[in-house]
Amino acid sequence: MTTRDWLLEDSPSSRFQANAGRAYRVFTALLRNPLSVVGGVIILVLILTAIFAPWIAPYSAVGQDLANRLAPPSGTHWMGTDELGRDIFSRVIWGSQITLTIVGLVALISAPLGLLIGAIAGYFGGWVDRILMGFTDIFLSMPKLILALAFVAALGPGINNAIIAIAITSWPAYARIARAETMTIRHAEFISAVRLQGAGPIRIIVQHILPLCTSSMIVRVTLDMAGVILTAAGLGFIGLGAQPPLPEWGAMISRGRTFILDQWWVATMPGFAIIIVSLGFCFLGDGLRDVLDPKSEGK
Amino acid sequence: MSLEPQTTISPASISPTKRRWGRGISAILGFAATVFLTFLGLLAITFFIGRVIPIDPVLAVVGDRASKAVYEAARASMGLDQPLYIQFVQYVGNVLSGNFGMSVSTGRPVIDDISRFFPATLEMATIGIIIGVIIGVPLGVLAASRQGSWVDQIIRVVGLLGYSMPAFWLGLVGLALFYAKLRWVGGPGRLDVFYDGLVSPVTGLILVDSLIAGEYEIFWNAVSHLILPASVLGFFSLAYIARMTRSFMLDQLNQEFVTTARVKGVPERIVIWRHAFNPIRVPLITVIGLSYAGLLEGSVMIETVFSWPGIGNYLTTGLLNADMNAVLGSTLVIGAVFIFINKISDVLYRVLDPRAR
Repeated sequence: MTTRDWLLEDSPSSRFQANAGRAYRVFTALLRNPLSVVGGVIILVLILTAIFAPWIAPYSAVGQDLANRLAPPSGTHWMGTDELGRDIFSRVIWGSQITLTIVGLVALISAPLGLLIGAIAGYFGGWVDRILMGFTDIFLSMPKLILALAFVAALGPGINNAIIAIAITSWPAYARIARAETMTIRHAEFISAVRLQGAGPIRIIVQHILPLCTSSMIVRVTLDMAGVILTAAGLGFIGLGAQPPLPEWGAMISRGRTFILDQWWVATMPGFAIIIVSLGFCFLGDGLRDVLDPKSEGK
Repeated sequence: MSLEPQTTISPASISPTKRRWGRGISAILGFAATVFLTFLGLLAITFFIGRVIPIDPVLAVVGDRASKAVYEAARASMGLDQPLYIQFVQYVGNVLSGNFGMSVSTGRPVIDDISRFFPATLEMATIGIIIGVIIGVPLGVLAASRQGSWVDQIIRVVGLLGYSMPAFWLGLVGLALFYAKLRWVGGPGRLDVFYDGLVSPVTGLILVDSLIAGEYEIFWNAVSHLILPASVLGFFSLAYIARMTRSFMLDQLNQEFVTTARVKGVPERIVIWRHAFNPIRVPLITVIGLSYAGLLEGSVMIETVFSWPGIGNYLTTGLLNADMNAVLGSTLVIGAVFIFINKISDVLYRVLDPRAR
């Protein structure tokens, strides 16, 4: 029996085989959609770049070379140099670590938070649901960027506070999804069976409801990542996100503002990095949605 | 949330119109309750940001070298010796009476600053949404009527770029290209320096004010300054509006009445613009309302890039100067306008679309 046959077997003999088979089917379905392949490759390249930045980047991210400041793109400096003679290409490479950290931490904070709030609201219903969802709706109807700005203003500038502020403003959408999913499965027979066996609400929510919400969650989180990157870059641009000399892409654009009229490359190059990575998340998210959550297509 | 009264009268005993009125009133009440709660939520969030998160707001005012007496006096005068809920009530009272505190950076009451800066933002966002609607809606209709064609592909790409391009970056690139290189548009700011202050503000909208004063030269100068930032904003709303128009239109074009019209030999132009487009006007209003609100928010970034003297620029200047009153005041105003437009488009949808009643 080949690995492929084992993965695609109709009656898997273990839970591991079933999960592996499902992952394999999602993977092959993704491969059939060219755009999601492009997206996946972009994200993969981003991750590899972040891991291997010390070996990929030809120069240091902070090493100054004042004799060579504001040099246009050339063979030695592919994207030119900035006002302190730092190699922009190397800074963009190092910046991928910051972008990946922000994206990862925001997802790790806001998705579980939203998931939990939504699942609790959906499972218990009644007053709990009304209070939690009222809270969620209030947050949902606020302008996200402005709210994040105000939070960072109070918490103080810096990359950690930027991550917290973005996470605070992005959980409500996940809570809504988790609630909707929970409402559809909470009266399912397998839930009643678990309850009859004496499982408490915490066990039911964590072990039986949350795992079923994950696929729609993954889709939504991937699609939202482009927005998270843009917000983080915006905070960096205003000077509230990552602080110098960190090579955060938004902050780099902000430094290049002064030179935009003559040395266009300083501000434009990091922008291309932001666009490519955001597009990658959009493509991958679109593909994942078609595979994992076909009913919501086009919304 | 259901506020419908539990009546024992059987539905048949009330005439249909009366029943609809009853439902209309309870819907209005429910709507008013959500709007009220949302605004209260906004106030609670800004209160939380301004009073609870900073470790010691008094220290921020008097500095860490103040004597104990000065510290206590400042604390009492800021009302911080009161319990939190009383502070919140006072805060809401202050905001409702238009007292947002003094701005540290301009030395004027925040409310005066905001009313001075808001028209600039309004002007830019309004021209932006007009650009977005005028180009976005026909583009979306075109894409839907020629699904899979190159127009459709362009819409797809524009839509995705709208989701993945930083607005401030596009603004900078636009400045470098159209202002520095091509000299097609005016640079940052609302007017060239030598036109500044020549027109007395009536509405605060320079386009309107200069026309009232009959200063056509200033009008065209303002247009040349406004067109680039408004187009950048318009691009983002265009991306969203075109995408939504396309998907609404596709829904309609797959309906049977459209096929019937085509079979009967109705010209394609009329099928598209009358049969298919008419039903989507109502959801489009909601989409346009949402993106208008989004533009007011997006203008914060654009204003920073273009040194546009609007509320967004005021907000970011406040952020950099640790001017919390200015920050929270602008957050409140932008948030309130955002919520207001959102809710209005929601109401319009319900009023105009008979299916949503």
